Amino acid sequence: MSLKAFHIVFVIASILLAFGFGAWSYFDYRDQGTTADLIYAIGSTLAGIILVIYFRVVLRKLKNISYL
Amino acid sequence: MDIPFTVKLRDDTNLYNAKVGIWLFLGSEVMLFGALFSSYILLRVGAPAGTWPHGLLNVPIGAFNTIVLIVSSVTVVMSWASLKLGNPGKFRFYQAITLLCALSFLTIKSFEYRDKFTHYEIWKTDGTRMTGHIEGSPYFWSTRTLKDKKLDQVVFHPDPHHYAEPVQRHEAGGGAEHEGHAAISVPASEIARLSAFVPAHSTYFAIYFTLTALHGLHVFGGALVIGYLWGPGAKLWKTDPERFTNRIEISGLFWHFVDLVWIFLFPVLYLL
Repeated sequence: MSLKAFHIVFVIASILLAFGFGAWSYFDYRDQGTTADLIYAIGSTLAGIILVIYFRVVLRKLKNISYL
Repeated sequence: MDIPFTVKLRDDTNLYNAKVGIWLFLGSEVMLFGALFSSYILLRVGAPAGTWPHGLLNVPIGAFNTIVLIVSSVTVVMSWASLKLGNPGKFRFYQAITLLCALSFLTIKSFEYRDKFTHYEIWKTDGTRMTGHIEGSPYFWSTRTLKDKKLDQVVFHPDPHHYAEPVQRHEAGGGAEHEGHAAISVPASEIARLSAFVPAHSTYFAIYFTLTALHGLHVFGGALVIGYLWGPGAKLWKTDPERFTNRIEISGLFWHFVDLVWIFLFPVLYLL
């Protein structure tokens, strides 16, 4: 597995973490009403969206490099 | 003597040797961290209700460190891609950011450790428990320290709530969350046990420090390798650019593994 392939795996894991953390923060906000949790929820969801965009860019830019 | 297959691909694996080597090494690392993760999960699942500490780690700091490591993984790939495109100047720029990220991660982690070493739990003789800070924020105090220093009381700033208690809903504009910070005097005779948040505190902190310190050592080791290839090791680019690019790929694979471990560590230790 090349660095390109591992990077793709890593970015997918990061995207899942970002949206997962967003959901965790949202549920915490719903239960406790802390403003900080709402900020984390919005921030990590935005980070997830940025990572999805980055993921598409990486796939396009590194298309000539082998997955092995 | 020439080392074979540093650039040329082997016929049997279709890989150069270093890539086979790093994946064998990373396989052993997966087993090491996998065993620790499994231990953590099994111990946590088996812990009696109310005894497993949670909510004691600083989530914003952990989240920030996660962003730092994700950025460092992006710059590692950028630096490798720069070499593939024949641009060593950009490689140096991106790897410098990677090194900065590694140092930032370790610095932030050391502050987080420091905070744990000055954060305490008191088990009182009446069976109640409280967490908080001792006046003056001393490091590594324990029940024995009270005896050694012949203290008859401890001035304690308790946290708003103990981790075993359910968290109360935050009321907008209320000051309830600050009430717990008022200093109280706890007589030494009422303290059954005193411990900072160190490995001896509980199974949770023992495995927390084992996992995060082992991960921190990997970050440090990875930064040393990347630093070498960024500095003196970069001379190889002039004589054998393809081999140098392969070395960067190998260091990048290790770095990604270290970062991926953190992607799992953060939710398991900080959130769940």
